[in-house]
Amino acid sequence: MRRVLPFAAGLVLAACGDMWNDPYPAADAGKNILYTAFIERPKHLDPVQSYTEDEARFTQQIYEPPLQYHYLKLPYQLVPLTATQLPEPELLDGGRFTRYEIRIRPGIRYQPHPAFIEANRSLSPQTIAGLDTPYALPLGTRELTADDYVYQIKRLAHPRLHSPIFGLMAQYIVGLDAYAESLKRADTQPEAWLDLRRFPLEGVERVDAHRFRVTLKGRYPQFRYWLAMPFFAPVPWEAEQFYQQRGMAEKNFTLDWWPVGTGPFMLVENNPNARMVLERNPQFRGEAYPTEGSAEDRAAGLLADAGRTMPFVDRVVFSREKESIPYWNKFLQGYYDSSLIPSDTFDQAVRVSVGGEVGLTPEMQEKGIRLSTSVDITIIYLGFNWLDATLGGASPRARKLRQAISIAVDWEEYISIFLNGRGRVATDPLAPGIFGQKAGRAGINPVTHVWTDGGAQRRPIVEARRLLAEAGYPEGRDRQTGAPLVLVLDTVGRGPGDKPRFDWFRRQFAKLDIQLEIRDTDWNRFQEKIRKGSQQLYILGWNADYPDPENFLFLLNGQQSRMAHQGENSSNYENPEYDALFERMKNMPNSPARQAIIDRMVDIVRRDAPWLWGFHPVTYDLSQSWLRNDKPNNMARNNLKYLRLDVARRAALRREWNRPVLWPLLGIILLLAAGALPAFALYRRRERMAARTA
Amino acid sequence: MLAYIVRRSLYAIPILIGINLVTFALFFLVNTPDDMARMQLGVKRVTPEAIEKWKAQRGYDRPLLWNAAATATNKFTDTIFFEKSVRLFALDFGRAEDNRDIAREIRTRMWPSLALALPVFLVGLAVNISFALGMAYFRASVIDLWGVVVCVILMSISTLFYIIGGQYLISKLWRLVPISGYAGGIDAVRFLILPVIIGVVGALGAGARLYRTLFLEEMAKDYVRTARAKGLAERVVLFRHVLKNALIPILTGVVVVIPSLFLGSLITESFFGIPGLGSYTIDAIQAQDFAVVRAMVFIGSVLYIVGLVLTDLSYTLVDPRVRFD
Repeated sequence: MRRVLPFAAGLVLAACGDMWNDPYPAADAGKNILYTAFIERPKHLDPVQSYTEDEARFTQQIYEPPLQYHYLKLPYQLVPLTATQLPEPELLDGGRFTRYEIRIRPGIRYQPHPAFIEANRSLSPQTIAGLDTPYALPLGTRELTADDYVYQIKRLAHPRLHSPIFGLMAQYIVGLDAYAESLKRADTQPEAWLDLRRFPLEGVERVDAHRFRVTLKGRYPQFRYWLAMPFFAPVPWEAEQFYQQRGMAEKNFTLDWWPVGTGPFMLVENNPNARMVLERNPQFRGEAYPTEGSAEDRAAGLLADAGRTMPFVDRVVFSREKESIPYWNKFLQGYYDSSLIPSDTFDQAVRVSVGGEVGLTPEMQEKGIRLSTSVDITIIYLGFNWLDATLGGASPRARKLRQAISIAVDWEEYISIFLNGRGRVATDPLAPGIFGQKAGRAGINPVTHVWTDGGAQRRPIVEARRLLAEAGYPEGRDRQTGAPLVLVLDTVGRGPGDKPRFDWFRRQFAKLDIQLEIRDTDWNRFQEKIRKGSQQLYILGWNADYPDPENFLFLLNGQQSRMAHQGENSSNYENPEYDALFERMKNMPNSPARQAIIDRMVDIVRRDAPWLWGFHPVTYDLSQSWLRNDKPNNMARNNLKYLRLDVARRAALRREWNRPVLWPLLGIILLLAAGALPAFALYRRRERMAARTA
Repeated sequence: MLAYIVRRSLYAIPILIGINLVTFALFFLVNTPDDMARMQLGVKRVTPEAIEKWKAQRGYDRPLLWNAAATATNKFTDTIFFEKSVRLFALDFGRAEDNRDIAREIRTRMWPSLALALPVFLVGLAVNISFALGMAYFRASVIDLWGVVVCVILMSISTLFYIIGGQYLISKLWRLVPISGYAGGIDAVRFLILPVIIGVVGALGAGARLYRTLFLEEMAKDYVRTARAKGLAERVVLFRHVLKNALIPILTGVVVVIPSLFLGSLITESFFGIPGLGSYTIDAIQAQDFAVVRAMVFIGSVLYIVGLVLTDLSYTLVDPRVRFD
């Protein structure tokens, strides 16, 4: 024992190096490793099932759909990834069908994986039981072919998998619905591998090893955006067969947890409880860093690596941080290369000037930390239920009531108080940066704002009161019955911290003498109310799938009504003119004609006011001075390949920031000794007293 | 002794069935299978067909407790409760809603939990007893008074404060240990030092005060007076007689928690990023993962019962007067 303890202590100290608080192994010091964190563990890494941003952080580094978004350009622009060019729609049968032919680059190879060795696809249960990771087996690779894309599209209809976009794609891809039925009939042995190659899919055709075609019903120009998502990334049939072997699932060896892709990184450690590690794919072909960007991008040094081969980092270590305080402190110590700003520490990081300009605090500036902001292509809104007897419907009375409330609820104040300014007031359903959305004077909502002194000003409350009186509720009371107007807001609370927010909403309605009752509920009950259409007012948000106005404007399309069609229109809003315009607009290319239709649609919904337009959240990203090429992009989730590190600078700054402070230890020892001295003295005295007494 | 253990084990079966039933009822009072499906499938583009498919794949398309459409015993067995609960008794925990094997997760995660809980338990016990003995030794003196004051102060502070304060002071300001994280092997020590210190200090107030009371109660007994009358030093009286006899009530509280050490700590594991069973349970509750919640409650119940049996057994070891019959 006497030898073991000093040895163990020595080992621990050696592992610490000169930074005792370094959470990473000393052996990794100075290596080209990017360190970041994740809060929510991903549920799915299978590209046919994965849909959330938490998962996209991993899947989009591993899987390569045919297209991607340009990393630097705004508005968002699609560019080829594995495709040789952007596919152009080809109209067939007088426009009844559209065909996309996708050519992929030859020579792209998969990451090393045991599935590509034939012997590994018929392993004994004993061999599988002895594995800790699939990568313990011999590894192989092969070239990416068009068959793999075809295979993945077929997987959208796989009877054992749930693809969130199957319903949508079945509306467009020819034969996908019938294909799902035929697979369901063929899937008689749940434990066996269902080889989808044996079942042809009418609307998806392999032309040759590097070409495939997808035929859609009618026109659907947004299909190209889906081609930039992992739902359309290639999956090799060998991987499915490999993971389907008996005993694999018990070891958590599934495609949902061990992806197989062609991207710049491969997942080599998957412990979503603690950390996940991506490593450079040795088979990656290399990709050139973008050479085009704006003048601001050039000034920010984002084009310094133009043309250089990516990826730049060798490994990416994602550590699980469930709590924001440790996450933030580790970022300040230099152990994370980038971070979001938790609400609790906003004032510690960011200073907002009187003029509204956002900057970093001196402490952050001293560390060389950089701040970048971006408006999310998301909208958070407060909706009215169109079916509600008081608030809903197209009657002038209800419309004026909704307009009055729209004026009264001061979202500018909400953003200032509850979001530390991290939001932009929405004026219509479209997020900034989306085609059709207008900024400045042309973009204001005339129902709620006026343009004065070069800026949008919320209309005075007297106008809201006038509208309220015209709606039949002078001073918040029913003109006929004299009863006070009481409205109910359903929302999902996050705990006692929500009280100020709820009080704020009550105050906004109280400006019109309307009594607001807030029903704070859990997510399930909230969803149930929305499904049943029993809500009156509710708060929801929408995060766009792709940067097209269709992906926002469909939220108010009558065909998407939650009650009638189980769609995404939670307000159950219905306006025949709007719906007709939507049908015309949705398949049009971006053009002045499309803009004109969007303008009209926006005018309609502003006037009808089925939503209080709410706000678009603004994300504040912080990055360390040694991290290069970090630019927020709300569509390009495959961003890790662009990032570069100045490893020497990081090591030097980490050392400087993390020298251990030892004097408190000495102080504690002295304090304990000082406390023990009187006890010792008393002990001696008592022992002597006992002796004397005896 | 064997007969006693067998008897207690048989008693445990109805208790476990009852616990299972209560867990089941509580969970499904709040969440319907449809809610669970929606939680797992996400919030966007979830169709009724997808929900039905999810439920059918996981056996949640059956009635909860009684299947009126079935025949004979199937009315009871062809239900979610029977299907999900019976397997637990064979320690078949099944798969989590994210399709991960629960038994494997538990086997993996119990070690980090144990790596944290065991030192907290052992060091904490030693420190509590030492501190309490010290206060008992210096009873009715200034040292005792200040000891009690310190204990009350320590008891009055919430665990969360210890965690956040400890991370701020020791990790952020003094930079002596990592703020959070975990690693296997000997490297784990660096990550465990702070949570262990916090665990020990956080529990010191309540533990030491309780033990002090037990020691003082023991010191007032006749055999202690006799020992003193024999001329034994106070130190000897304390360690040889008082400590030994006070062990019985101490064991009551201590042995029962030993099996539960595997289950980890909910808050500490979350704040320190320790991938143990405590954080696993919290994640499962947040994700409405009934399979994991049910498995963890079942294991917790079994371990608690084991702890109670161990406590009874330990009585016989420290007090020969206690007999099983």
